[in-house]
Amino acid sequence: MIDREQVLHVARLARLDLTEEEVARMSAELSDVLGHIEKIGELDLAGVPPTTHVVEVSNALRPDEPEPSLPREVALASAPAVADGGFLVPSPQAGGG
Amino acid sequence: MTSDMTALTAAEAVGASERGDLDAGELFEAYRAAAAAEDLNAYLWVAEEAPAQAPAAGAPLAGVPLAVKDLFCTEGVPSQAGSKILEGYRPPYTASVVARLAQAGAPLLGKTNQDEFAMGSSNENSAFGAVLNPWDRTRVPGGSSGGSAAAVAAGSAPWALGTDTGGSIRQPAALCGIVGLKPTYGTVSRYGMIAFASSLDQAGPLTRDVTDAALLLSHMVGKDERDSTSIGFPGTIERPSATSLKGIRLGVPEELSGEGAGIEPGVLAAFDATLKLAEELGASIHTCHLPHAPHALSAYYVLAPAEASSNLARYDGVRYGLRVEDGGLVGMYTKTRSQGFGTEVKRRIMLGTYSLSSGYYDAYYGRAQRVRTKIADDFRTAFDAFHFVVTPTSPSVAFELGSKIADPFSMYVNDYCTVPMSLAGIPAISIPNGLSEGLPTGFQLAGPAFSENRILDAAFALERAIGFDGSAGRTP
Repeated sequence: MIDREQVLHVARLARLDLTEEEVARMSAELSDVLGHIEKIGELDLAGVPPTTHVVEVSNALRPDEPEPSLPREVALASAPAVADGGFLVPSPQAGGG
Repeated sequence: MTSDMTALTAAEAVGASERGDLDAGELFEAYRAAAAAEDLNAYLWVAEEAPAQAPAAGAPLAGVPLAVKDLFCTEGVPSQAGSKILEGYRPPYTASVVARLAQAGAPLLGKTNQDEFAMGSSNENSAFGAVLNPWDRTRVPGGSSGGSAAAVAAGSAPWALGTDTGGSIRQPAALCGIVGLKPTYGTVSRYGMIAFASSLDQAGPLTRDVTDAALLLSHMVGKDERDSTSIGFPGTIERPSATSLKGIRLGVPEELSGEGAGIEPGVLAAFDATLKLAEELGASIHTCHLPHAPHALSAYYVLAPAEASSNLARYDGVRYGLRVEDGGLVGMYTKTRSQGFGTEVKRRIMLGTYSLSSGYYDAYYGRAQRVRTKIADDFRTAFDAFHFVVTPTSPSVAFELGSKIADPFSMYVNDYCTVPMSLAGIPAISIPNGLSEGLPTGFQLAGPAFSENRILDAAFALERAIGFDGSAGRTP
């Protein structure tokens, strides 16, 4: 069971602002889905290694040679706000938060 | 042959073009007009004109155009993964697989609708509205590659690209009566695919028949130094030609087709009928077991949302897409994400953030990764005894719009038969398998990693025996 406090805590971690209605719905829905998921708790998995990746790839490195990259103005073209050749963001010290 | 051009399969169109019987520019225009006029909401963007340059002489795909799921980045062309949070985004580069296909002579026809960030099995989670199933417009086309599937089924695209994380190519292919193939993880580059769950996401073809799937896939596979998880394909993908299944041993997993699997009776009847055809073609049919398959859905709904919650952290209103100001920086992040993401995406971010959070990691994420190991082991054991594992692709035919959207878990169950293969990283194809209640069903055939050529051959032989007629899905 995921209660209201847990929903609000997780939403804060995920940087999501939920309405009261969303909090209530999320609490019920996540509880239902986790109820199904918790069945994997019944399995005996002692000594079973975890799979993080299904194919064997290790140290996939390319030669470390300089190549042209996206021009700065192209990289910035999709940004909502730009200043002095960089991404412009609101001050971390300003209100809101 | 102008009027009949769009009736040709892609491979037939390539052949006609090579013989000089078909003009690539006229073919592009015929599909462009069909895509611009379609009313299933399958397309989010359609090219305004044919590419300025004709396909290079001898280009193997001869100018046959390609519909591409919205989440593939295409330079200068809207690419929003079906989400409002990428409003206005026009990427400065093109996904490797799309560029590779363009190079081979398949120009971009349009971008297709999808569930937001590929999260969904009905295409109802798109910020741009649902896609309608061309077989019955009151029903869903499946998802998340629903626009690609509907466009191919309706004939407004000769073929299309989709992505499959837990069934997002195979399930919509089944529900729309077309072929969909999820390749072995790592054979196709993910560079430029807007990420959902990186350890599972894989691009693949949605086509009218098995030959087209092989042809498109043959130009998709390959190692890409810009995707460090790509491994390419050993050898080449060949044109399938088998007419017999002599000596082939098919394993039918009890867990995914027997009692308790929740397969609709009509879907199961169509599946059983195809098993009989396989037997007539010389295959032997055996019950087999994937003991951990019933837990695949649980493991998947831990792992995929966990990866998604991390991947989607990048949408913060700084570099692209939507920004909603709220005075400060953290407030801007939060407002942007809250207004930009849809309901299902928020649900999965919450689920993933929860299962990765302090105190829950071992119980959820850690256990799910171990279940994943057991599922891959189950398949390895099965493939020691059988050439392929076969199942119905989807437990049901296309369902009515709105019928499952309010109950998340009832929607997740659509992936019951497709998620195990995704977790194991193995290839699987869905082919049209006859009708139930007048709607298409799918037959899924899965094999060991890199067995694409054998899967395509077996699917080709079955396709001929089934003789599916997709014409009822074509819009006039």
